Amino acid sequence: MEAIFALAVGIMAGAGIYLILRPRTFQVIIGLSLLAYAVNLFIFAMGRLRHGAPPVIDPRLGSDPALYTDPLPQALVLTAIVIGFATTALFLVVLLASRGLNGTDHVDGREPEDE
Amino acid sequence: MALLLIVLLPFIGSLCAAFLPTNARNAEAWLAGIVALTVTLLTAAQYPQLVAEGVLRLTIPWSATLGIDFQLRMDGFAWLFAMLIALIGTLVVIYARYYMSPADPVPRFFSFFLAFMGTMMGVVLSGNLLQMAMFWELTSLASFMLIAYWHHRSDARTGARMALTVTGAGGLAMLGGVLLIGHIVGSYDLDAVLAAAETIKAHAWYPAIVGLIAVGALSKSAQFPFHFWLPHAMAAPTPVSAYLHSATMVKAGVFLLARLWPVLAGSDLWFWLIGGAGLCTLLIGGYLALFQSDLKGVLAYSTISHLGLITLLLGMNSELALVAAVFHMVNHATFKASLFMAAGIVDHETGTRDINRLSGLYRAMPITATLAMVAAAAMAGVPLLNGFLSKEMFFAETVFLERPDWQRLLLPVAATLAGMLSVAYSLRFVHRVFFGAPAGDLPHQPHEPTRWMLLPSALLVAVCLLVGILPAQTVGPYLRTATDALLGANAPLYSLAVWHGLNLPLYMSLVALFGGIMLYLPCIGRRSERIPLLERIDGKNAFNGLLTVVNDYSSRAVGWLTSPRLQAQMLMIVLVVIGGALLPFVDGPLRLGERLPAEIDPAFALLWAVGATCAVAAAWQAKLHRLAALILAGGAGLATSLTFVWFSAPDLALTQLAVEVVTAVLILLGLRWLPRRDKRFSAGKPESARSRLRRLRDLIIASAGGAGIAALTYAILTRPPVDGIAPFFVEQSLPQGGGLNVVNVILVDFRGFDTFGEITVVAIVALTVFALLRRFRPAPESVALPAQQLEQDHPESRPDPEAALPAGYLMLPAVLVRLLLPMAMLVSLFFLLRGHNAPGGGFVGGLVFATAIILQYIVGGTLWVESRLRIHPLYWIAVGLLCAAAAGIVAGLAGEPFLASQAWHANLPLLGEIHLSTVLLFDLGVYLLVVGATVLMLVAIAHQSLRSQARKAQTEGGH
Repeated sequence: MEAIFALAVGIMAGAGIYLILRPRTFQVIIGLSLLAYAVNLFIFAMGRLRHGAPPVIDPRLGSDPALYTDPLPQALVLTAIVIGFATTALFLVVLLASRGLNGTDHVDGREPEDE
Repeated sequence: MALLLIVLLPFIGSLCAAFLPTNARNAEAWLAGIVALTVTLLTAAQYPQLVAEGVLRLTIPWSATLGIDFQLRMDGFAWLFAMLIALIGTLVVIYARYYMSPADPVPRFFSFFLAFMGTMMGVVLSGNLLQMAMFWELTSLASFMLIAYWHHRSDARTGARMALTVTGAGGLAMLGGVLLIGHIVGSYDLDAVLAAAETIKAHAWYPAIVGLIAVGALSKSAQFPFHFWLPHAMAAPTPVSAYLHSATMVKAGVFLLARLWPVLAGSDLWFWLIGGAGLCTLLIGGYLALFQSDLKGVLAYSTISHLGLITLLLGMNSELALVAAVFHMVNHATFKASLFMAAGIVDHETGTRDINRLSGLYRAMPITATLAMVAAAAMAGVPLLNGFLSKEMFFAETVFLERPDWQRLLLPVAATLAGMLSVAYSLRFVHRVFFGAPAGDLPHQPHEPTRWMLLPSALLVAVCLLVGILPAQTVGPYLRTATDALLGANAPLYSLAVWHGLNLPLYMSLVALFGGIMLYLPCIGRRSERIPLLERIDGKNAFNGLLTVVNDYSSRAVGWLTSPRLQAQMLMIVLVVIGGALLPFVDGPLRLGERLPAEIDPAFALLWAVGATCAVAAAWQAKLHRLAALILAGGAGLATSLTFVWFSAPDLALTQLAVEVVTAVLILLGLRWLPRRDKRFSAGKPESARSRLRRLRDLIIASAGGAGIAALTYAILTRPPVDGIAPFFVEQSLPQGGGLNVVNVILVDFRGFDTFGEITVVAIVALTVFALLRRFRPAPESVALPAQQLEQDHPESRPDPEAALPAGYLMLPAVLVRLLLPMAMLVSLFFLLRGHNAPGGGFVGGLVFATAIILQYIVGGTLWVESRLRIHPLYWIAVGLLCAAAAGIVAGLAGEPFLASQAWHANLPLLGEIHLSTVLLFDLGVYLLVVGATVLMLVAIAHQSLRSQARKAQTEGGH
């Protein structure tokens, strides 16, 4: 399981890195989304992977930390997801405005000469 | 307490002054005057206690761990300076009231003026060297603001920038010196530093300390070779010149030298560095003053020269010279401030400061002329005036200096020469302006100014006379207190008297007086602006040259280190991150832990087979098929969300799912404004080898990065978990947070302040998106409606805002979506309310509700929805923030820290026991804010289609 998880993180991060190096704004925004998934999963992995032990306390079992998975990375990732959405929206609007102002969707605001 | 008031009052006054109306000249002057007068009286009232106790202290604990407190310390020397600052400040305020024109925005002037007074008080009263350095920089800032007061004039801007660059850089050097001292002494406390004088002098770093402190002090006091900024600072209004650039701020440098004199002076290095700079400045300043054509220029160079005299005295390593230096600081402040005021009056009443145009003003303004003459005589060192006394002391010091013979010969000669120059330029100032035939072509008809404008100058001149005639009875005791404070037991005996008998210094004075008159005689008719000999040596050119070189090299360095192109920057960031991640493996390879991996579940493997394919395919398709790429990225997001479910993170899964939906809608709305990409590639343009190579390079980098992250993830997952702070949260969630869902309790209770900050960021982003879109101008080729919408907007199928249901194929979805809205509201509220004990919470609830609203827009159309349902997302955001803040403040009312959760239990009829908690209020705030922010962003983008159509219709109608 761990190997699959790690591969998943790696592949999404790789796809994200490739995309943020690309010249078109839309590629960068998709790349940032993929990179965000990878990073969120990576942070989440800091609490290690456990199946069926959500950090919602069962009053019958009590609050022994060994019974539940680590809630801290989850709290961090939860806020990261929401902030990620906000920055995606901001980036989208900036890229739209840049396209409107410069007439191109190249990340530098103008078409390169060599292509 | 009084000490604190002395420093704080000017700052408070500055704040008040900033908010008065632009034309409130009188109110401003009253405010500033009362503040300055109060500070003067407060300072004066400290004197008896000061004499009794020696040093007054006030310590306010600040950062105990760093060993830094806010310390105020007033001894005799600081008192003398504080008195000077407050008293001359008061007089300059009165003067400025009449000097400033009604057209000038006075709040800015008085606000910065008072702020400067506070910072200067901070410098002289600091009991801590770091704190003094901070106030020191603040005086530079205040001076910058005041020099650039008339910022429409380019000379004011240039002068301000130059002054800030020179004094700011000097302040940095001084900070370096202070840090070295602090390192040696182990404390920045002034008392501790003064007590450690011998340690510092013996230390190997002593030369570095002297060098750094000297650069700071000499640049601040406009000493050679940093003197060139002061004449350019004369672009400031004259009250500022009188106050900052003659009486107080430029004295900060010599103040610092005197303050640290017991610690640093006594070495040959000190003598050559400080004394040498002082001597050069004394002569060069005096020489240049003789050839200035601007009245204020004469005064500026004479200020430089007199400050050079003080610096030279400080550099002489003799206690008596230090006394003379302190005495001359006071004397110079009085006569030079008064002279500046006179120059300002002449400028104000005649409209020019050009010494070549002014002439014979004595007849038109006899009082001003008399005051200026007395002050100029004090500057020249004429007997029975205060300047004479300190100059005599200076001459005496040069004669009795304990140095090798050639220096003992050279110094008195140089001193006499400087005295001659001083007499000559004072004479030139008075003779040119007030005597000779009355000038005919002045911009204004000259006449005496109002009495109130003369008063400050007259008071200062009276002080010059009083001190000059009865020194021992007037300034004597205060000077004694000041020098005793500096020198302690080493304070020398001296007598302040006008007549010391016929001795060498007196002869030197006489030679200087007659020599000066002789020196002036050939200059009487001189009208040239050229300066003989030193014409080519101009600090300003050197400064500008240096600035150009620095700019040149830094832009070259920037060009070499980075690129304006985003792609190159991204590449660098990625490479640096990969490099940084590799650093720890210099010592050894990545180690795996012993934790046994869980058995592979085929379903999970399948999930990620799909998820990874989606991610790679999204990367592949993002250029040409945006919609496909968006859907594929969504697939990867879905796999992520399911992974969260799999590994015990229901809250994350819910949030990820909701965000996925909203993000997809958001980007879909944006797609419409992006350019078509297919046309160019269908034209069959061959791809260049270079771009193919670049893609290959990026592919390799991306693979390396991905592989690295995968390896790291795997290594971490094989290691046993670390016992961090997680057990605390799990154990305390119920007892302290009162909730079963630990993640939610962390978010809204334990780390509530973080969440508060986070939702504030979301609100700011939403507002920014909204604001950016208000000015949105789409690319012209995107304005036309897309084909699908044209078909949909065919008159027969155009949605009718009046109709209950749209006609055509959208009728069924419309019914469903409308039914969905109340259900979705219910579900979102359910998520919100159960969030504390089960997966859910404000974030998820808010996103669900926002999605339902967006669905209404998608199916019903913007016009239809907004004709029935007005959502005011801005209000939602505001109320959300207020709710969250209220939850925090309630805790404050209960005497607990901000955002500490409060809970009440109540029994209500019918409903039974009710558990109310501020946590719910906080989560409600999160909910409202997320709804508002999401809807605001989505609707703002959605509206662009309508707006651009409306604009298009408008422009077409206009043609």
